[in-house]
Amino acid sequence: MRRILIMGATSAIAEASAREFAALGDALFLVGRNADRLGAIADDLRLRGAAQVDTYVMDARELAGYPQLVDEATRRLGGLDTALIAHGTLTDQPAAAASSELMLEEFRINALSHMVLCTELGNRFEAQGRGCIAVISSVAGDRGRQSNYVYGSAKAAVTAFTSGLRQRLHPKGVHVLTIKPGFVDTPMTASFKKGALWATPSAVAKSIVKAMQRGTPVLYTPWFWWGIMQIIKNVPEVIFRKLKL
Amino acid sequence: MAAAGSSWGRLPGAAQRLLPIASRHDRLPDEPAMLPFGNGRSYGDSCQNDGGVLLKARMLDRYISFDPASGVIDLEAGVLLSEIIDLALPSGWFLPVTPGTRFVTVGGAIANDVHGKNHHRAGSFGNHVLDFELLRSDGSVRRCSPTENSDWFDATIGGLGLTGLIRRARVQLKRVAGPWLIGDSRRFANLREFFAIATESEADWEYTVAWIDCSGTGRRLGRGIFIRGNHASAQAAVDARPPGNGSLRMPFTPPVSAINGLSLTAFNKLYYHRPGAVATDALWHYRPFFYPLDSIHEWNRMYGPDGFYQYQCAVPEAGAEAVLEEMLRRIGESGLGSFLLVLKTFGTVASRGLLSFPRPGATLALDFPNRGARTLALLEALDDLTRSVGGAVYPAKDARMSAAAFQHYFPRWRDFSRFVDPKFTSSFWRRVTETPNA
Ligand SMILES: Cc1cc2nc3c(=O)[nH]c(=O)nc-3n(C[C@H](O)[C@H](O)[C@H](O)COP(=O)(O)OP(=O)(O)OC[C@H]3O[C@@H](n4cnc5c(N)ncnc54)[C@H](O)[C@@H]3O)c2cc1C
Ligand SMILES: NC(=O)c1ccc[n+]([C@@H]2O[C@H](COP(=O)([O-])OP(=O)(O)OC[C@H]3O[C@@H](n4cnc5c(N)ncnc54)[C@H](OP(=O)(O)O)[C@@H]3O)[C@@H](O)[C@H]2O)c1
Repeated sequence: MRRILIMGATSAIAEASAREFAALGDALFLVGRNADRLGAIADDLRLRGAAQVDTYVMDARELAGYPQLVDEATRRLGGLDTALIAHGTLTDQPAAAASSELMLEEFRINALSHMVLCTELGNRFEAQGRGCIAVISSVAGDRGRQSNYVYGSAKAAVTAFTSGLRQRLHPKGVHVLTIKPGFVDTPMTASFKKGALWATPSAVAKSIVKAMQRGTPVLYTPWFWWGIMQIIKNVPEVIFRKLKL
Repeated sequence: MAAAGSSWGRLPGAAQRLLPIASRHDRLPDEPAMLPFGNGRSYGDSCQNDGGVLLKARMLDRYISFDPASGVIDLEAGVLLSEIIDLALPSGWFLPVTPGTRFVTVGGAIANDVHGKNHHRAGSFGNHVLDFELLRSDGSVRRCSPTENSDWFDATIGGLGLTGLIRRARVQLKRVAGPWLIGDSRRFANLREFFAIATESEADWEYTVAWIDCSGTGRRLGRGIFIRGNHASAQAAVDARPPGNGSLRMPFTPPVSAINGLSLTAFNKLYYHRPGAVATDALWHYRPFFYPLDSIHEWNRMYGPDGFYQYQCAVPEAGAEAVLEEMLRRIGESGLGSFLLVLKTFGTVASRGLLSFPRPGATLALDFPNRGARTLALLEALDDLTRSVGGAVYPAKDARMSAAAFQHYFPRWRDFSRFVDPKFTSSFWRRVTETPNA
């Protein structure tokens, strides 16, 4: 039985992952900002087999609140060895391009909060000599594009940060997983037109849970996004700057 | 995958937007023309909303509570019946009523007041709903039960999704010993024999259903196989092995309908003559017994890109034999029908819904690949027969009945329309109500 903290537990991808954890009999600590939603998800996960489910209400932007959060999770679960960090917002790019204030706010929710929580967890897991930190970044962080470079660069920060953290903690027995989903059909992307490249939250969740068990360093999910991103990353800048992506 | 938001019949599609319902605590979006969409297992346009919005009610898929002592389960309305079985069967509880597919949502099962092979015992799904919460576009929430807001309860059961969004429901499950059923199957030569066996079986058998050979003409008209079963005791099933969960999938949509006259006749004959067609003390796992088609995912694709219609009518017992025989004769002569003709009797347990379909008598259902005007003309002729004996056609399966026919079949529709949410509508509802009464 793992003791798992899930940050952004009301996210569709996180909830689908939590169902996988529940089926495996893990103990869960769900964090989000909406108490009603957290309560509904917690009831469901108990019936799906979770050994224990606790909830905790917190806005992810309260950067000073993370040490207390991790303490509380550890206390209530009687220890902590795993975390899935899933919260985020899809930035309104034109608005964030127009306002540096908004841009900073987006960095707070999509990058700084992850980095703060990773720091807290990383240090404790290092001290206890084991643990797994899985963080949802995005393929959007692999290259900045005009259509979403604020969101993309926040995700790029998460990708680079977790890469460094992984190197640091690997010898200490702590696994850091960077998750890069492609298009996933969730409330975040409700207004998008869906096509063949779109995946379901449950398919993505299954791959996440497997990667956590296997100790995979970086997960593109679905897998074909690895190929797509290799191509996108390798377009020379002189051409890339002319593209309408 | 079928286009998201399409119905099971895959008839040429409606233009509609799908919006998420991420939480049962959310308000409805501010839209003028909405319709809840469950899992799209309705065949026609009752789950379609051309030009409007479909609310993805399937996303409300959380269990709320389950009491293994009483068998009361509390659920969000997008939970599938299959997910109820997953949770409850291990502690000895099963669905009180189940349609021929387990991939329908609780909300969809309520909104069509679905029936199963045990109608003569248990009535329809709505008879087992303890209560539900109905969310309206004005933000109000009504708790509805047989004793609280009972008028809204009766309007929403069989209410075709039009009275508001069911966001949560409590259902009384049924005690069973395990996943097995025990029963027998036998051939019958004509409809008279069918009715005799049905009558004789009702007292001792919880589940009854018959398959009819559509290719039979003349003396063979109406021959088929009668299947009946009961939940098996733990002793009877002691050595039984569950079937694999393995399933097939129609991997693509064939360019032309695979259901041509030849393959149909062959299939029907095979079914009727196959050695297993007659059995006594047969032990079935619940999956092949209740859900024979669920093992072929997306079997609806085999009808090709034009899609198909299903026709399901109910006719009163008096005169049922004669009118069903006439229907079978016309279907046989037309060569337009398909291999699945299901016949069963409906009992006298009254359905609650103002628009519920089940009524005492017999019900017949079969698929028709879409062959355009010829198919529509045949279905119109079947409608005339249904009307002539005071029967009805099932909205969950329908994509074409006329407004006049609907209003004749469901005389309480005007009464019902008082309960329709001003911001809810469906392609079906506009079709059967907006045309002036003929
Ligand atoms: C192979 C097969 C076998 C079948 N066998 C039977 C059978 O034996 N007996 C029988 O009765 N039916 C049968 N059906 C039909 C099926 O049971 C019904 O059409 C059922 O209502 C489908 O449920 P759904 O969740 O897919 O809902 P949908 O088809 O998506 O929607 C059905 C209706 O429910 C409404 N709805 C859905 N969710 C909600 C909600 N949360 N709140 C309010 N309204 C809602 C929709 O607006 C729509 O009017 C069968 C269908 C198939 C494909
Ligand atoms: N969907 C995709 O295509 C896609 C692709 C790549 C990466 N991702 C990433 O996957 C992760 C999960 O997203 P999703 O697709 O599952 O979308 P989602 O269902 O919309 O989840 C986003 C979650 O973030 C939470 N959140 C937002 N702001 C918050 C705040 N200030 N404090 C606390 N929680 C906050 C939301 O909580 P509320 O419920 O309270 O709103 C929601 O639970 C995100 O990091 C996203 O960037 C998604």
